[in-house]
Amino acid sequence: MRKMLLLCLALVLGFANAALAADDTVKIGVFLPLTGQNAFGGQLELEGVQLAAKENPTVLGKKVELFVVDNKSDKVEAANAVKRLIEKEKVQAIIGTYGSSLAMAGGEVSEKAGIPQVGTSCTNPLVTQGKKYIFRVCFIDPYQGAGAATYAYKTLGLKKAAMLVDLASDYSVGLSKFFSKSFTKLGGQVVATLNYQSGDQDFTAQLTKIISEKPDVLFIPSYFAEGAIIMKQAKELGATFKIMGGDAMDNPKITDIGGSAVEGFVHTTFPYDPSMKNMTEMAKKFTAGWKAQYPGKELNVNAALGYDAYMIILDAITRAGKADPESIAKALAATKGFQGVTGATTINETHDAEKPVGLVVIKDGKKIYEGEITPEL
Amino acid sequence: MNSATFIQHMLNSLTLGSLYALVAIGYTMVYGILRLINFAHSEMFMLGAYFVFWGITLANLPWPVAMVIAIVVTATLGIVVDQVAYRPLRDAPRISALISSIGVSFFLQNVAIVFFQAIPREVYRPQWLEDPIIMGGVRVLPLTLFVPLLSLALMLGLIWIVYRTKAGLGMRAISKDIETSYLMGVPVNRIIALTFGIGSALAAASGIMWALRYPQLQPIMGTIPGFKAFIAAVFGGIGSIQGAVIGGLALGFIEIMTVAFFPDLAGYRDAFAFVLLIAVLMFKPTGLLGERLEDKV
Repeated sequence: MRKMLLLCLALVLGFANAALAADDTVKIGVFLPLTGQNAFGGQLELEGVQLAAKENPTVLGKKVELFVVDNKSDKVEAANAVKRLIEKEKVQAIIGTYGSSLAMAGGEVSEKAGIPQVGTSCTNPLVTQGKKYIFRVCFIDPYQGAGAATYAYKTLGLKKAAMLVDLASDYSVGLSKFFSKSFTKLGGQVVATLNYQSGDQDFTAQLTKIISEKPDVLFIPSYFAEGAIIMKQAKELGATFKIMGGDAMDNPKITDIGGSAVEGFVHTTFPYDPSMKNMTEMAKKFTAGWKAQYPGKELNVNAALGYDAYMIILDAITRAGKADPESIAKALAATKGFQGVTGATTINETHDAEKPVGLVVIKDGKKIYEGEITPEL
Repeated sequence: MNSATFIQHMLNSLTLGSLYALVAIGYTMVYGILRLINFAHSEMFMLGAYFVFWGITLANLPWPVAMVIAIVVTATLGIVVDQVAYRPLRDAPRISALISSIGVSFFLQNVAIVFFQAIPREVYRPQWLEDPIIMGGVRVLPLTLFVPLLSLALMLGLIWIVYRTKAGLGMRAISKDIETSYLMGVPVNRIIALTFGIGSALAAASGIMWALRYPQLQPIMGTIPGFKAFIAAVFGGIGSIQGAVIGGLALGFIEIMTVAFFPDLAGYRDAFAFVLLIAVLMFKPTGLLGERLEDKV
């Protein structure tokens, strides 16, 4: 009898516990730079998250509650924001943030507390390195290199590549590694790899050497300050090969400085543009939803990534069938082929997103979104 | 390497080298007369380039006019800098003026970042500069031929000023002994102001040529060319005008040929320039054409 009573008590207590944990809401925290130097990107991402939450207010029959905290574009504030979301609001998952250094500061806190965090547009490889609970919906910087290589080899049919790499920049070195790995694996040949250092202005020696090797395509994973004058000098030296670069070349000034020399230049970027042709179902929904919600406001990829960050968490909760942090993290890590706004997304073993890479080409002095390509790693 | 590629490398060296030479002339002239390494030279270089392109884009001035105005404005600014930052230190130890020049350099650079913004700006080049001359696989920009001639002309002009004019006589007197020059009635402050004016005008001229060759303006655009020109001036023998030209050309050739023959080392071409500087300072501190300074008793 006594035993029975104890059992009953245990059962009751157990249920009560379970009922407490499985509240009737799912709490998702958002920490983004809404003020300070990164506010522009942070605001857009927040609007993306809010749009997604408005369109998809429930998961597993429970209401989703959003808690938004401004990280003020500051590393210390970012850590505090995450602490507040976890300790005060007791969120089960966190979205954020724009800016890799902010994501890293916040990530330390989430990692310790064991709360899954999904980054929006933090592209530095270090953000997720060695972390169990940190994920992101964007690809890491160097991943674009593989996209450029795949486009050059498969779409354009170019077989011989050369690279001009900024030795002093992780970004540049990372992209070039991914490029040459992917390009040689596809069957192409990298005929010349030359280096320079950030701040250099004369590239004639390197370019003359590259021209003498007769490549079909030159990959310059450089920043915009060097990239435009590299192209200018290449043209002056009579280069006729295709030139490609990464998203650091995405700057409206490129055609002003480069003039006719940048005509035909292709650079990789995130795979979303309001003008893109083959949108996923979610991208169509997002584009239409945005236009209804924020009429007249320009739509960009940051908003799309904010939307995707929310949706991928909901997808993970649905697949897990429950909404405790541990299960969400497990389900997030197993995400495969999630059809987000920014294309089919797979979370790889380093917790970074693998997805199509967007391509922008410069035609008649204007930037045209060309389409996407799935990189072959 | 076939002959066309080699000739192309030679021409690239000539362009780069003569640009270094052009910057180095101004550096060396101020040093030769005042024994002051004017680090603000790099910023005069940058300002000169900005001024000329403002003249063209904002005031719609024709090319030659904008250039002359930019050079005059920069020269005036050089004189102002001398009055504000160096003149009060005339009697202080030489190192004080050197440190002051570093301060001026940082000041002007940061002011430029604030007012011009750090993003690179485009440079409009006249069409005749855009089209290269093609000769059997070798491509030459008109500028490649123009810059060496300009360097040579400015070198001769400077030599004429320093050795053939009365102001030049004053300059040489000051370089020998500033106190005695005062006593002998040389208008020391006026001559020094003139020296800075000419130095800054040369910096502006070289900045404009640099911007025509590498058509992009940035507030920090003078720093690396400034360092390189300094190396060129030391290599040629700092204080010697002919030495600066030879040093500049030599540095251009060394840099380009390093990349041409050892492409794997291309990322370290700046390092070669600085190794050269250290080597010169160790083994021939007076440079190729520098005069030996006698210790004064």
